[in-house]
Amino acid sequence: MTTTTRGDGYVVFDHVQKSYDGQSLVVKDLNLSIGQGEFLTMLGPSGSGKTTCLMMLAGFETATSGRILLDGRNINDVPPHSRGIGMVFQNYALFPHMTVGENLAFPLEVRGIGKAEREDRIRRALDMVQMGAFANRRPAQLSGGQQQRIALARALVFDPKLVLMDEPLGALDKQLREHMQFEIKALHERLGVTVVYVTHDQGEALTMSDRIAVFNDGRIQQLAVPAALYERPENSFVAGFIGENNALGGTIAALEGDKAQVRLTNGEMIDATAVNVREVGQPTTVSIRPERIEFKPEMMPEGAHTLPAEVLDVVYMGDILRARLKVAGQDDFVMKFRNTLGQTRLTPGEQIRVGWHPQDARALDPV
Amino acid sequence: MATPLDPHAAIATEATGLRDGALTTADGQPLGRALARASRRARRRAFLLVLPLLAFILITFILPIGQMLYRSVYNDGFSANMPAISAWFAEHPAGTDPDEGAFAALAADLQTSAEDKTIGVVGTRINYALPGTRSLFTSTGRKVRSGIEPPYQAALLDLDPKWGDPQLWAAMRDASSAYTDSFYLASVDAKRNVGGEIERAAPRQRVYVMLFLRTLWLSALVTGLTFLLGFPIAHLLATLPLRKSNLLMILVLLPFWTSLLVRTSAWMVLLQQQGVVNDILIWAGVIDNGGRLKMMYNQTGTIIAMTHILLPFMILPLYSVMRTINPSYVRAARSLGATSWTAFRRIYFPQTLPGLGAGALLVFILAVGYYITPALVGGASGQLISNMIAEHMTGTLNWSMAAALAAILLAGVLILYWVYDRLVGIDNLKLG
Repeated sequence: MTTTTRGDGYVVFDHVQKSYDGQSLVVKDLNLSIGQGEFLTMLGPSGSGKTTCLMMLAGFETATSGRILLDGRNINDVPPHSRGIGMVFQNYALFPHMTVGENLAFPLEVRGIGKAEREDRIRRALDMVQMGAFANRRPAQLSGGQQQRIALARALVFDPKLVLMDEPLGALDKQLREHMQFEIKALHERLGVTVVYVTHDQGEALTMSDRIAVFNDGRIQQLAVPAALYERPENSFVAGFIGENNALGGTIAALEGDKAQVRLTNGEMIDATAVNVREVGQPTTVSIRPERIEFKPEMMPEGAHTLPAEVLDVVYMGDILRARLKVAGQDDFVMKFRNTLGQTRLTPGEQIRVGWHPQDARALDPV
Repeated sequence: MATPLDPHAAIATEATGLRDGALTTADGQPLGRALARASRRARRRAFLLVLPLLAFILITFILPIGQMLYRSVYNDGFSANMPAISAWFAEHPAGTDPDEGAFAALAADLQTSAEDKTIGVVGTRINYALPGTRSLFTSTGRKVRSGIEPPYQAALLDLDPKWGDPQLWAAMRDASSAYTDSFYLASVDAKRNVGGEIERAAPRQRVYVMLFLRTLWLSALVTGLTFLLGFPIAHLLATLPLRKSNLLMILVLLPFWTSLLVRTSAWMVLLQQQGVVNDILIWAGVIDNGGRLKMMYNQTGTIIAMTHILLPFMILPLYSVMRTINPSYVRAARSLGATSWTAFRRIYFPQTLPGLGAGALLVFILAVGYYITPALVGGASGQLISNMIAEHMTGTLNWSMAAALAAILLAGVLILYWVYDRLVGIDNLKLG
């Protein structure tokens, strides 16, 4: 587990644990520091503890042990309405019996802000999400994307320093989701608020985040910037969860610094980068991204080990071609290559040799 | 109907706002006619399917009720059996003193009526307006039958001086037409005086307005009590885990599955002066033996028993609405800075209004017509208007009066329904 502290620690989870039934932990010893103005995403499968962490930060769940600090202040016993945290819910939670304007006025009214300033702020917040003309509509009269914008405006209208988002784009269709990703990111950069974002969509996490905390089994598996997470996963879970991944099982045959040689189950030897393996003879899973695999000899790096492979099928995906190969006895080995002019077309049954740069083959813990 | 509580209303109007122009089908027929023809078969089948039920309701419900309500304005007990005097009333305006001709007609009618053995019906009809006059008719009838000589005025007054009573003549004039408003007037404690003008009934006879008001007040009170008691239970039902809420739901429904009489009798056991509640209070030292509380055979008993019996009608609509309210609304309100009370008041409670409206309307309408419970535990001060209707149906056999009271009650409920529709919108009712 990695706990890189960055920035000034605006939000700090300090040895936080959470149990619902008193027998098992949903969140196991969470340590996380989020810098001011950062966009941090909690990414993980359902049941990994990410939403529980968000709810503890919002104040709807209490930490069973440990402290949560907001701007240096312990907020364990601060009720949700006094935390001053904006929140966007998965189903938007726009109040159905109020108009859009009244929805936005709500957080300002409960703060006792006068009518003139309220209207001014509502107008600015609506303009910010390009919904200025919709103040008198009711939520049910808006499309999903429009409701999403209003929910965003409502969470921001009272100028919170921290905004939490719980899978806010989950209910939108793909195109709208991608559009909203950019809008949210742009808003974040413009306003400079700290955002904690929860999602199970890795694409969303990679696109939007400054840093991503990958959750599984109540723990942060890896906390890193998106590129590092994708290119240098630190364990098999992260490698498998983020992006498509080829996993080859084997044992460490030789180890020198971070260079390792791995003997695959069928006896073949490959080069790999040692990540979390310690000694020769240890079982390991080698992780290689499908787009880092080469099959043309002239493109192979110098001295790379190559493996014989049989083409099982090729899927045309438009911008890329995706070939399923049988490599080292496994028939789920995937290779992606760009659909460029003059690209070699592979046919099922063809025998080729595949290879990769040792840096791209990462020897991780066994699955 | 577009109301503040209906978020879908505007969308619906937008959709139906599309004007169907001169659209035609591919073979040139007007689209509307083609559609009507295509759906006619389906409509006919649907109509045939509901026809048995429709006929059943018509024969067993609509017709009897219509006939019953007709009785409230139509009663020919007097006019059909006393044709001559009825004709005299028709010829002479109200306020005319009865002359010898009137007495002659009266004597003739009394004679035929006594011979036809309908004199009892005639007497009963006048007895409604003027209590104690039935025997006047039957006894005079008997005597007239054995022979009466003119001058009739003197003869009849000789038989019984009550025949000279202007009140009696006013009552007979009133009954001389089969169609009458006298039952409705009586229902609001009014009557026609000798001159035919409407005036208030004698103070001793003014009971109906008081009973209507008491019925409305008690129904409103019971509605309020069921709301106060039912709201937290409905909320608990909607938020508890499924297993526990199912158990609680059974507890709520258990009284529902028990006979109304059994439940009311149970309250009698509990509330009577030698009953369980008093015994416990004495045991606990709250009251002493001499100070046993009177919780039954008065309004208190009616209120307690009716609140208990009608409680499920408030809980179930509330529950069905509360179950659909996503907890994230309250969470959102809290995260936006509202205290739990503000979040409840401004976010949660307004969303329960459709269920509250349905429950309140249901409880109120049921309470307004409640009969068995007040009859059993109400005593004198806990009687409602429905008990009076029952009394007229089975006791005094004045069905016209019962019909008039029932019609007023029905009209009141319909007005209430209309007011509710204007305020909240019937389409916002959520009955379950």
